[in-house]
Amino acid sequence: MIRLPDPKPEVLARREAILAGLRAILPEGGVISEPLRLKPYETDGLSAYRQPPLAVVLPTSTEEVAAVLRLCQAEGVRVVPRGAGTSLSGGALPLADAVVIGLMRMNRILEVDYANRLAVVEAGVTNLGITNHVSADGFFYAPDPSSQLACMIGGNVGMNSGGAHCLKYGVTANNLLGVKLVTMAGEVVEIGGRHLDAAGYDWLGLITGSEGQLGIVTEVTVRILRSPEGQRAMLAAFRGTEIAGQAVDAIIGSGIIPVALEFMDRPCIHACEAFAHAGYPLDAEAMLIIEVEGSVAEQDMLLGKLKEICNRFDPISLKVAQTAEESLAIWKGRKGAFGAVGRISPDYLCMDGTIPTGELPFVLKRIGEMSAQYGLQVANVFHAGDGNLHPLIMFDANDPASFHKAESFGADILKLCVEVGGCLTGEHGVGVEKRDLMGVQFTEAELAQQRAIKSAFDPAWLLNPAKVFPLDGNPALQRAA
Amino acid sequence: MSDSVLAPADEAELAASVAAAAAAGTPLAIEGAGTKRGLLRPVQAARTLSLRGLSGITLYKPQELILSARAGTPLPEIEAALAEHGQHLIAEPPSLTALFGTEGPPTLGGLVATNLSGPRRISGGAMRDHVMGIRAVNGKGEVFRSGGRVLKNVTGLDLCKLLTGAHGTLGVLTEITLKVLPGPEATGTVAVAVADLAQGVQVLSAGLGSPYGVSAAALLPAGGGGLAGMQAVLRLEDFAESVAYRGARLRAELAGFGAVQWLEGAASRALWDAVREAAPLGAEPGEAVWRVSVAPGEGPGVVAAAGCPKALLDWGGGLVWLAGPATEARHAAVMAAAAAAGGSFTLFRAPEALRAAVAVLPAEPPALAAIGARVKAVMDPAGILNPGRMRAGL
Ligand SMILES: Cc1cc2nc3c(=O)[nH]c(=O)nc-3n(C[C@H](O)[C@H](O)[C@H](O)COP(=O)(O)OP(=O)(O)OC[C@H]3O[C@@H](n4cnc5c(N)ncnc54)[C@H](O)[C@@H]3O)c2cc1C
Repeated sequence: MIRLPDPKPEVLARREAILAGLRAILPEGGVISEPLRLKPYETDGLSAYRQPPLAVVLPTSTEEVAAVLRLCQAEGVRVVPRGAGTSLSGGALPLADAVVIGLMRMNRILEVDYANRLAVVEAGVTNLGITNHVSADGFFYAPDPSSQLACMIGGNVGMNSGGAHCLKYGVTANNLLGVKLVTMAGEVVEIGGRHLDAAGYDWLGLITGSEGQLGIVTEVTVRILRSPEGQRAMLAAFRGTEIAGQAVDAIIGSGIIPVALEFMDRPCIHACEAFAHAGYPLDAEAMLIIEVEGSVAEQDMLLGKLKEICNRFDPISLKVAQTAEESLAIWKGRKGAFGAVGRISPDYLCMDGTIPTGELPFVLKRIGEMSAQYGLQVANVFHAGDGNLHPLIMFDANDPASFHKAESFGADILKLCVEVGGCLTGEHGVGVEKRDLMGVQFTEAELAQQRAIKSAFDPAWLLNPAKVFPLDGNPALQRAA
Repeated sequence: MSDSVLAPADEAELAASVAAAAAAGTPLAIEGAGTKRGLLRPVQAARTLSLRGLSGITLYKPQELILSARAGTPLPEIEAALAEHGQHLIAEPPSLTALFGTEGPPTLGGLVATNLSGPRRISGGAMRDHVMGIRAVNGKGEVFRSGGRVLKNVTGLDLCKLLTGAHGTLGVLTEITLKVLPGPEATGTVAVAVADLAQGVQVLSAGLGSPYGVSAAALLPAGGGGLAGMQAVLRLEDFAESVAYRGARLRAELAGFGAVQWLEGAASRALWDAVREAAPLGAEPGEAVWRVSVAPGEGPGVVAAAGCPKALLDWGGGLVWLAGPATEARHAAVMAAAAAAGGSFTLFRAPEALRAAVAVLPAEPPALAAIGARVKAVMDPAGILNPGRMRAGL
C-alpha cells in the first residue's frame, strides 16, 4: 500500500461534531458515515489501493459545496473531491481523516446554446451525457475517454482527460470555456466564461489537470462541435512494431491527420480477438486502427491515400470498412481492450506514459525484456499519433509479491518513458500512483515551485493533499510517518 | 543598445542576470523584438532584458509534430523551417507590426507571452493550446521546466498554460516547444453579403454549426478584404477535393442569406492574412484599439454599446476588434460593453498616457486577485519582471 499521511488526531477526535456540522449543511441523505455505506468510496479505478474516509458528502449545489469547504477549512479537515471514481492513478483515493466530496448529485445540464456552440453543465454530468444530450441536434462534446459512460466532466477537468479522438480534437483543456470553482476558503469564483481566451492569467489552463488540488469545480462551460458528416475506420496489420511505427510516420508525413490512430501490439491483438472476435489478424506483431471523417466520398479519398501508404510497408492485412457496421466491428476489439485483458488476468495495472513517437520500437523492445525479467505479461495499446502509451501489466492480486512486482515493473516503464524524452503521464494523472516518481521528471526546485503554487490556492494543504507531490516535501504533511 | 539593455547570450547568463536584478531590486522590461511594446500598460523598468541572444530552432521532428526553439527566434525562421515540411503554426499567430507601427519580425517568446492567436483559433485552438513545453527563468533567477516535448502530458501543474499569456510577469521564457501540424493542401473562402452585424453573425453561426469544418469565420466591414459591402467570410482548409466539395455545400447552405462569392487560393489567403493582422479594422495611427472577447452572439451588441464606428469581428463574432478615439470616456464605454456581454477585453493599443491611466484588462474577482497576487509572489517575489505590464502595482 502506498504511504499516506498520518490522520490528524484532532480531526478524528472531533468526528461527531464535524459530522453534525456537515448534516446541518446538506439535505437529507447527503452525509454518509456508516462504515458499510462508505465502502463504495474507499477506492477508485486503481482498486489496489483502499482507504475508507471519515465521511462522504453529496452536495446538490455550489452553495452547499462552498459551505462544506468553509466548515472543513475552519476545522482543518482534509477533503478529497470525487466524480465517478474512475481515476486510474488513485486521484480520488480517500484519506482516513478526509471528507470525500462526491459531485454525482450535481448532474444537471444547465444550458445548451447551439448558436454559440457551448453547453453549461454541472460537474457531475457524465462525459457521454453531454454528447447524448446534444447528439440528436448533430453536435458532440469532443474529448472521449474510454470511460466516458461513467466518468464525469468535473473529473475530466481534474485530470485533463483525453480520448481516442484527441489527435484531431484535443484533450479536455482544449475544449473548455469556463468553470465555476469553489476555493478551499469556500469562495465561489467564475473563471473564463462563454468566450475564448479571457485576458489575464490563464487560471482555466492551470486548474485543468490540477487533480482536485486547487479547488472544487462545480460547473463547467464546454465547447460543443457539429458532428462531421460521417466517419469510417480501417485496419492495417504489420510484421513488426518497427514497421508499423514507420507506417505511422509516413501517414503523419503525408499531411493526413486521422481523427484516431491507435496501435496495438501482439499480446493486445490476441487478447482483444479472443474477447471480441473482431477479426483481428493473429499473425501480426502490430496493428493500427485508423479513422477518418467527412462525406462518404471524402472518406473514400482519405482511406484510399492511407491504404496506399500502408501498402508500402508490406502489410499482413489491410481492411477498409465499407459500412458503419464494419467500422464498429474494427473498433469493437480496441474499445474492449481493457475488458479483454481483464479476462486473461482479472488484475492488471494500466500504465499511461507518453513517449516521442519515434521511440516506440525501442520502448516496446525494452518493455518486452522487462516483462521477461519480471515474469509478468504485458499488452500494449498506444495512441500512436500523440505518443501516449498504455501498457497493461497483468498480475495476481491474491499474491502480494505479484502486485509489488507489477508496481516495480510499471515504475520502470515510466522511468523509461522519461528517459527517452517523454513523461510519466499523458492523460490519467499522477494521483498517488506516480506521486513518488515525480522526482524522475522534475528537479526539487521545480517541485517546490509547483507546491508553492498549490499553497497559493490552498495554504493549509487540505485539498487532496496526498496526491501528485511526494509527501516528504509537502509543507503541511510533515507529520507523515 | 544602451547600457540599460541586458542581452545575455544563453539561458545560464540570463538566469544570472535575473538573479542579480532580483538581489538589487532592479525592475526588468522583458523584450523579444519589442514589436508589442505598445501593448497593455507601459512597463516602468530601469533595464531591459533582451531575449535576442537566445535564438534558434533546437529540435524539429515533423513526424512527431513537435518543434522547439529558443524564445528569441524570429517567427519567419520558424515558419520557413515548417514550410519546408509542409507544416505550419496551428494558431496562425498574427505579427501585428503594422498595427503597432513597429519593425518586425516578432519572436516566438513574444508570441507565446502574449498568447495571440489568429483566425484559426476557433477551429485549431489558441497559442496556449499548442505550447507543449517550456523552459523559463523565474523572478529569482531559477531555471525551470514544465511540460516536455511530447503531445500529451498531464504530469504536474500546467505552467505552460500559466506562463502563456502572462506577458512575462511570471517568468522569462527561454525555450518553447510547440505542437505543429501539416498545412492544408488547399484553401477557399465563402463570402456572403450581409445587411448588418447581427445577420452577419447568424451566417457565421450557420457555417460553424455545419459539418464542413469551417476553419475561420469573420465579419468584414464594407471594403474589407477588397470586397464590396459588409461580408461574412468563412474559410475551408483541407485537401483540394474536400475544399471543393465542402465549399460547394457551404455555398448552397448559405445562399439564402445573401449574395455568395467563392475565393480560392491566393485570394483566400490574402484575405485571411489581412484579417489576422486586423487590417480591415482601418485603425488610424492616433486611435486606440481594443480587443474584446465574448460569446459570438454578443459581438454585434458590443459594437453598438461601445459606440466605436470601426469594428472587425473574427472568431465567429466572438473576437471584436474596435478602433476609436483614445479617450478615457471611450475606454469606459468599451469596458462597460464587454462587462455587460459577460466577456473580456484588452486595451490593445493606445498612447502611453491612456494605457498608464486606465485598467487595460478586466479586474478579477477579489478572491482570484488574492490568489493571483500570491502566485506572482511565488514566481517573482521581488516584483522585477515587467512590473505594471498587466495591472498597476503588480
Ligand atoms: C476503463 C477505464 C478507461 C479509461 N479511459 C480513459 C481514457 O481513454 N482517457 C483518459 O484520459 N482517462 C481514462 N480513464 C481514467 C478516468 O476515467 C479519467 O481520469 C476520468 O476523467 C476520471 O473522471 P471521474 O469522474 O471518474 O473522476 P474521479 O476519478 O472521481 O476523480 C479524478 C480526479 O479529479 C478530481 N476531481 C473529481 N471531480 C472534481 C471536481 N468536481 N472538482 C475538482 N476536482 C475533481 C479527483 O479528486 C481526482 O483527483 C479510464 C478509466 C477507466 C476505469
